Amino acid sequence: MAEIMYWEAIRRAHDEEMARDPLVIAMGEDIGVAGGTYKATKGLYDKYGPQRIIDTPISENSFTGLGIGASFLGVRPIIELMSVNFAWLAMDQIFNSAAKVRYMSGGQLTAPVVIRSPGGTAHQLGAQHSARMEKVFMGIAGLRVVTPSNPKQAYGLLKSAVRCNDPVFINEHELMYNMKGEVPDGEYFHPLEGSEVTRQGRDVTLFGYNISVHWSMQAAEILAKQHGIEAEVVDLYSLAPLDRAGIRESVSKTHRAVIVEEAEAPVGVGAEVMAIINEECFFELDAAPVRVSAKMVPTPFNHTLEKASIPNAKDVVAAVLKMISGK
Amino acid sequence: MNAADKKRVLREMLFARRFEERCYEAYVERKIGGFLHLYPGQEACAIGVMEAARPGHDYVITGYRDHIHAIKCGTDPKAVMAELFARETGCSKGRGGSMHIFDVEHRFMGGYALVGGPFPLAVGMAKAIQMKGGDEISICFLGDAANNQGTFHESLNMAAVWNLPVLFICENNLYGIGTATHRSTAVTDQYKRACSYGITSNQTDGQDIDQVYAAAKVAVDFVRSGQGPYFLELMTYRYRGHSMSDSGAYRTKDEVEEWGKRDPIIILRDRLIAAGEITLEDYQAMDKEIFAAIENEIIPYAENSPEPKVEELEKYVLAENDPYVKGGVR
Ligand SMILES: Cc1ncc(C[n+]2csc(CCOP(=O)(O)OP(=O)(O)O)c2C)c(N)n1
Ligand SMILES: [Mg+2]
Repeated sequence: MAEIMYWEAIRRAHDEEMARDPLVIAMGEDIGVAGGTYKATKGLYDKYGPQRIIDTPISENSFTGLGIGASFLGVRPIIELMSVNFAWLAMDQIFNSAAKVRYMSGGQLTAPVVIRSPGGTAHQLGAQHSARMEKVFMGIAGLRVVTPSNPKQAYGLLKSAVRCNDPVFINEHELMYNMKGEVPDGEYFHPLEGSEVTRQGRDVTLFGYNISVHWSMQAAEILAKQHGIEAEVVDLYSLAPLDRAGIRESVSKTHRAVIVEEAEAPVGVGAEVMAIINEECFFELDAAPVRVSAKMVPTPFNHTLEKASIPNAKDVVAAVLKMISGK
Repeated sequence: MNAADKKRVLREMLFARRFEERCYEAYVERKIGGFLHLYPGQEACAIGVMEAARPGHDYVITGYRDHIHAIKCGTDPKAVMAELFARETGCSKGRGGSMHIFDVEHRFMGGYALVGGPFPLAVGMAKAIQMKGGDEISICFLGDAANNQGTFHESLNMAAVWNLPVLFICENNLYGIGTATHRSTAVTDQYKRACSYGITSNQTDGQDIDQVYAAAKVAVDFVRSGQGPYFLELMTYRYRGHSMSDSGAYRTKDEVEEWGKRDPIIILRDRLIAAGEITLEDYQAMDKEIFAAIENEIIPYAENSPEPKVEELEKYVLAENDPYVKGGVR
C-alpha cells in the first residue's frame, strides 16, 4: 500500500478507468490543458486528448446535461463541477434529468454519470465559495451521494461510481485534496453503500462524514486521553442512502449519539441521522442525540468569524461531555 | 418523397390528428389525467422532418408535446395510448405519462417537461455518436419559447464548438402557452438566433410537408455528413389550447381561422387530389379506417390493460443488484 494524496487518488481512478474503457470521459472547467483546479485530471489531457478530457465552457447546467445525454448512449462521463457552489446551476439537469430518467422511462433509460465536486469551507473563500450542499443532493430519489473522507475512499468510490449504473454525486472537500493516506496498490472498488467504523468505542458514537470524520477522530482522542471516555467514530461515506443498519448497530452498542456536520443543521445530515435513530433504535438510547453543526450564517470572510461559524473537535468534545456528565 | 410516400405521410398526419383528438375526448371522459399537450396543426413538423431522417435509427428527443414524435419514430400507438391511460403496458410502464413518452428501442429518447431541458441532452447524445463513430444523428424538437432558456444558448454553443451531429428543430407556433413570441423575445425569427453561434440555420413553412421535407433533407444531410450542427425553424400553429386548460384569451378568432386555412393535412390532401393521386372518397375512406383502428384497437388495448402494481412502486428508481453498491467487487 502506497501513501498518496487525496487528489492523486482521484487522478489515479480517472486514469485507470479511462485506460480500461474508451467510453469513459472526463469533463469540466479547466480540467484539460490547465490540469484541473485540484489536479484531479493532471496529465490526462496529454494522455487521452481533447475528445475525452474535455475543457467545457462555463455552462454548468448544460455541460452536466450534455454528460447525461451522452450517458444515455453508453458513454461514462465523470463530470467535475469546480465547486458545489456552482452546482446550484446544474441542479435542473441533475435532478430533473439524471435522477428521474430511469423511473420516468419505466427502466428503459439510465444516466450512469458521475458528478464530482468539492464543497466545504476552506480558508476565507467567502459566502459564495464555501457552501456545503450535500443536504440538497441526498434527498433526491434516483441519485446516489457519497463523500470520501480519505484517499482510499476517494479512489475506490470513484472507481465504483464510474462502473455503477446509477448517477452518483461525489461530494469532495476543498481542504482534503492534499491529505495523505494509504491506497491499495491493486484495483479497489469501495462499496457505494454502507458506513465504516473508523474507531471502536463503547460510550458514545460520533457520526461524521467527509471532513467531520477527522474532527470526530480528534475529539475521540481528547475524550479518551483527558476524560476516559471511549467514543466510537462512524464514517457515513454514503449519504444517500444512509446506512440504517450501521447507525442502529453502533447506537445499540454505545447508547449515545452525536452527529458532527460541517453544514448548517436544518434539513441536514444530522437531522436525518437523528430521525433514523428514532425509527431504528429509540429505546437503545441513554441520552437524547445531539448535533454539532455550523452556524446559520452565510460563511463570513473574516477569519475569526469564519472559524466561529464552523464546528471543530473542541465543540464535539464539549457536546459529548455535556451529554454524558450534564456539564 | 414519391407519390406513394406522400400518400403514406398523408395517412400518418391524419392518424396523428385523429389520435390526438381521441386523447382529448378521453381526457374529457377523465380516462386520461394530468397534463396533456396535443399536436393538431403541427403534424407536418415531426412527420416531415422524420421522413427526411431515419426513424428508429436517429436519436430523437423532445418536450412534453411528444406523442406524435414517438409514433413517427416507430412506437406502437397502442403503447402510447396505454401510457396516457397510465397502464403497465404503456411505453413508460405507466410511470411517465403524456409528457414522458419513452421508447429506447426505437431511439425515441424521451419527452421531457422542463422547457429547454432536452437541449443539452440532445447535444450529449451527439457527443456519444461522435465518440462511437456511428452514422446516426441526434434530433432535438422543441418550441419557440424554449429558446429563451439558458440551455438553448449553452447547448448551441457547445454543439458548435465541438462540431457535433445534432439537428435542432424549432417548431415555432408563435406562442409559449399564452405569451406571443414578440412579447417575450427580442428577435422573433428564431433561426437568426442560432447564427450567433455560427450554426447553419434556415426557416421554412411548417404547414406544408413538402417544404418541411425539402428543408429537413438538406439539414439532415448536412448533419449526417459531419459538417456539424444545424438549426431549422418551422413556422407552424397549434389549433388547440396549449394544454387542456387554456383560456384562449391570448389570440383572436380571426388568427385561429386564418391558420386553420393552412391545415397541413388539407394542404397535402388537396395537392394529391389535384395531382390525381387520390380522390376525396379515398381520403374519407382512409379517415374511416383510422377512426375504426383507434376505436376498435387502440382505445380497448389501453382500457383493458392492467395498472402498474403498487408492490412495484419503487422499482426503476435505482439499478437493481448493481455489483458496485454493496462491495466485494475485485
Ligand atoms: C422550466 C420550465 N418553465 C416553465 C414551464 C411551464 N411551461 C410549460 S410549456 C411552456 C411554454 C413553452 O412554449 P414553447 O417552447 O414555444 O413550446 P410549445 O408549447 O409552444 O410547443 C411553459 C412556460 C416548464 N414546463 N418548464
Ligand atoms: Mg411555442
